[in-house]
Amino acid sequence: MLREILAHYNYWIVIVLMMTGFYIVVSRGNLVKKLVGLNIFQTSVFLLYISMGKVAGGSAPILDPDIKVYANPLPHVLILTAIVVGVATTALGLALVVRIREAYGTIEEDELDLMDDEA
Amino acid sequence: MSGLAAHLPALQVVVPLFAAPLCLLAGRAGLAWLIVFVASCLATATAAGLAYQTFQHGTLSYPLGGWAAPWGIEYVVDTANAFILLLVSAISTVVLMYAPASVDREIRQGRRHLFYCMFALCLTGLLGIAITGDAFNVFVFLEISSLSSYALIALGGHRKALTASFQYLVMGTIGATFFLIGVGLLYMMTGTLNMADLQARIPAIQDSRPVLAAFAFITVGLALKAALFPLHLWLPNAYAYAPNVVSAFIAATATKVSLYVLLRFTFTIFGAKFAFLDLPLHWVLLVPAVIAMFAGSFSAIFQRDVKRMLAYSSVAQIGYIVLGIALSSAAGVAAALIHIFNHGLMKAALFCALGCIFHRIGSVRLEAMAGLGREMPWTMAALVAGGFSLLGVPLTAGFISKWYLIEAAFEAGLWWLVVLVVLSSMLAVVYVWRLLEALYFKPVPEGRAAVAEAPLSMLLPTLLLAAANIYFGLDTRLPVEMAQSAATILIREQIW
Repeated sequence: MLREILAHYNYWIVIVLMMTGFYIVVSRGNLVKKLVGLNIFQTSVFLLYISMGKVAGGSAPILDPDIKVYANPLPHVLILTAIVVGVATTALGLALVVRIREAYGTIEEDELDLMDDEA
Repeated sequence: MSGLAAHLPALQVVVPLFAAPLCLLAGRAGLAWLIVFVASCLATATAAGLAYQTFQHGTLSYPLGGWAAPWGIEYVVDTANAFILLLVSAISTVVLMYAPASVDREIRQGRRHLFYCMFALCLTGLLGIAITGDAFNVFVFLEISSLSSYALIALGGHRKALTASFQYLVMGTIGATFFLIGVGLLYMMTGTLNMADLQARIPAIQDSRPVLAAFAFITVGLALKAALFPLHLWLPNAYAYAPNVVSAFIAATATKVSLYVLLRFTFTIFGAKFAFLDLPLHWVLLVPAVIAMFAGSFSAIFQRDVKRMLAYSSVAQIGYIVLGIALSSAAGVAAALIHIFNHGLMKAALFCALGCIFHRIGSVRLEAMAGLGREMPWTMAALVAGGFSLLGVPLTAGFISKWYLIEAAFEAGLWWLVVLVVLSSMLAVVYVWRLLEALYFKPVPEGRAAVAEAPLSMLLPTLLLAAANIYFGLDTRLPVEMAQSAATILIREQIW
């Protein structure tokens, strides 16, 4: 039982990171912290993909007569795309935070809600 | 097929994609608009060509870059997505005709060519989601369209546009990431990302926990993107504070494309038997759909900002579409697709008409719009046509959707659902009436100068969309026949 739990340690890390990120997004009022949470949430999915492509004892997928067992490169390539998407999302989110700060003078969600309700 | 005709599936996405950097290079608003407009016209022609080819030859498969499926990315066009491609590209073209005057009024000089660049990217993303036959490719295009629409929404004039965009960014990213988790789990179990291949491999392992989890993640992620109640919280502010052109385009297309992906995954990839018989998707979709119909319409009644009113009405209309999906019969899916088409038409017409009003009086609040009926008669005619279509008054497109939806509910033996659809339409009568009352029966507010009719470049596309609402209420062949044939293609196994 314990062996089985430990054997899947990569999934446990993924789940813990995923929930941590999700919790930060929901619970924090600071918009930058929300973005940090969103990043952790996305990173957990990157780890899910990357660790699923690993083959025990496998090498990097290089065409060489000595290499018989190699890791599956496809999930790694897929996640490169997702990482780019994540970077773009973070950049856009931070740009919005800057604009929000210029327009409202704050980046705390509860203060923003108050100012929006008054208007 | 030879020459260009064989490459239409790739051109469908590549042409608008190339328009985006060209806009950036153009640097001037007029030139950028021309580039996107030409690209959008070409996309519409391509979509029409593809619809014709699927009609002639059945399903088309296009290996992108010559890499054969299931290893390479495959574009698959059948009647179902040809229908969506046609809707998205046609709405985009009409909205772009309308755009220059509206964009000049609402977006600061120096940013306008960037606006068109984002618009082209958003169009690319939406078309890409619809055309691709590869699960991971859906995610990539989903993010292309989402990222560009966050930027488009943030360009709205009011500072609330920024917070609305941020909220949408957070919720949209969570939705897309859920979808990504689902696709990852499916890949883990099947070793493939090609939709046709997935469809063949899932039945053998469909009871395994990762597949069940994948199904849940994909459904919830797409429901978030499609703004199904209670995951609709991002929608009202996003639509209300976006520039008018963006509201018209996104309200008519973005959520619809997500619903199409939901249909594709539920009925084609996982199969209706798995989703509706082994798993309780029927209730999982039906209950939120019914609540959305009532809660959306009910919230719409209390809005004083008409754009927000229409945004809440969108939440309710998405409820009707999902209701059709939840019925899980060919008639239900056809009704959902018909309403996807008709709701696109009505919301585009209504948001364009509101854009015309905003162009003249600088506000879309009910009290500011009082008495406009006499001063802007043509815009109001479009608003009335769109409003009646929203209600489902006979001789409008909206009536056709409701008709097929009610017929599908009867066929499933759910007569109480028919009652609920009719009752919730009554709520729509209330808010549309409030709008008409303000426009025609309220006195002009004091101190408002005489208002002229909107400029022709905005009025004509608005009237075109309004006329489409009436035309497709009379001649229903195109949407109904395409939707019915699409429904039979999407549903790979009948369960009723």
